[in-house]
Amino acid sequence: MDAERPGVAAAARAAATIVIVGAGQAGGWAAQTLRQQGFAGRLVLIGDERHPPHERPPLSKSVLAGKATPQSTWLQKSDAFEALALDWRPDTRVTRIDRAARRLELADGQALAYDKLILCTGGRARSLAVPGADLPGVHTLRTIDDALALAPLLQPGKSVVVVGGGWIGLEVAATARQQGADVVVVEAQRRLCERTVPSGISEHLLALHRRHGTRVLLGAGVAGFAATDDGRSAVTLTDGSVLACDAIVVGVGLVANDELARDAGLACDGGVIVDARCRTSDPDILAAGDVAVTDNPWAGRRLRLESWQNAQDQGIAAARSALGLDVDYRPLPWFWSDQYGMNLQIYGIPTPALRVVLRGVAGSDSFLLFYLDGEVVKAAIGPNAARDLRFARRLIEQRKPVDAGQLADIGIPMSRL
Amino acid sequence: MTTMNWIDAAAREDVPQDDVLGLAVAGRDIALYGVEGEVYATDNVCTHGQARLCDGFLEGHEIECPLHQGRFDVRSGQPTCAPATEAIRSYPVKVEGGRVWLALD
Repeated sequence: MDAERPGVAAAARAAATIVIVGAGQAGGWAAQTLRQQGFAGRLVLIGDERHPPHERPPLSKSVLAGKATPQSTWLQKSDAFEALALDWRPDTRVTRIDRAARRLELADGQALAYDKLILCTGGRARSLAVPGADLPGVHTLRTIDDALALAPLLQPGKSVVVVGGGWIGLEVAATARQQGADVVVVEAQRRLCERTVPSGISEHLLALHRRHGTRVLLGAGVAGFAATDDGRSAVTLTDGSVLACDAIVVGVGLVANDELARDAGLACDGGVIVDARCRTSDPDILAAGDVAVTDNPWAGRRLRLESWQNAQDQGIAAARSALGLDVDYRPLPWFWSDQYGMNLQIYGIPTPALRVVLRGVAGSDSFLLFYLDGEVVKAAIGPNAARDLRFARRLIEQRKPVDAGQLADIGIPMSRL
Repeated sequence: MTTMNWIDAAAREDVPQDDVLGLAVAGRDIALYGVEGEVYATDNVCTHGQARLCDGFLEGHEIECPLHQGRFDVRSGQPTCAPATEAIRSYPVKVEGGRVWLALD
């Protein structure tokens, strides 16, 4: 095999050890890919949760609603996971990377040697720096156990305050309403998902949530949380008003788990910096998924892609790279969110400097916004338009000039453009 | 030797060229694909995310699921791109008398 693939590195030898730290989607795909590519050495997968690798999107939706089991999110069925022949270490924390000795130190005192190390440590839910942030009634949603803890509180007669009108906050709000709970969303910015979508989409999301009976407070800051005498919780806003509720969910973003890398002296910038071959500043250490920061040519800057797509595809790319195979990972960012049966998708990075072209009727169930630089589509976003967006992806990737009038004309199928 | 039990599924002219059509055949959700003059048939539901492949994107012989962009070869049902790892079922097809016939069993 090595003769056919002259680039295959020493790590592909059967005697080599590859360690993956982090057993989320990126780590799970990295492990599976290493085996698919014929890596026969020792493969250690370390997770700080008790669950095998799984996909997170259902955790704010079907699992939170009790309509799907945690097992349904597993990347591999039990027998397929067994077949990977991993040294699988759930509930395990790594405390230090000793780069000079190419060795990991674990919280239980063990040491673990590696030839290649793949960091898929992901991130954790950011907490609010306000009084009461660590009270038991204050939830976040990142893990299976988070979803299982919150799920029983989402039911008729209960009320939930969601702090943060971003993706996680809105998906949790939608699920909570669908389960019959009363919901208030508190967002500090003037509009929903302000960091990631243009104002027209923010308005669409606002209308969607208000139509389903959720109170959405914009430009509202949180002063603190408290437990009340009746066993419930209270959220005090900066204007002095108080919201009583049964559960508080804080969804104010993700903090990259890059401490291990930083402590080991790897280059970091709000995450572990990697190149298009997923290599960190140490060639024997790679990183992938939510924790990785990469130059993205489609965005024109360095960024961390917090998405299902990136967790999967960069996990695969890092595994291939660890084996010395050709990798050039420069993905067009792709993101989606499901709320109340609405599927919103985004390709590329919509930025205010680009020209906006509307296809369809803004605010209707299904429409598209294109973002053009001259006659070239750079990004596209829209609710319930997955099929047309798939053609938009092709336009973006091909950098093909298009006529804005034709893009806007719903009489011309996207497949013809 | 077993005899194929052919079921009339659709008019040949209703199968779009380089595109996919979803329809019910004998109570099953089936996707028909028109590629390079040939017709192929598979189950219509993705083995990964429960989405309908007829809402997906056909490129050559590959159907891409609209939900997570897993891919399958429409000739064999075999997965060709993550996150798809499990094949979808594919069915024998014959075109006769301007009709598309499937063998479902």
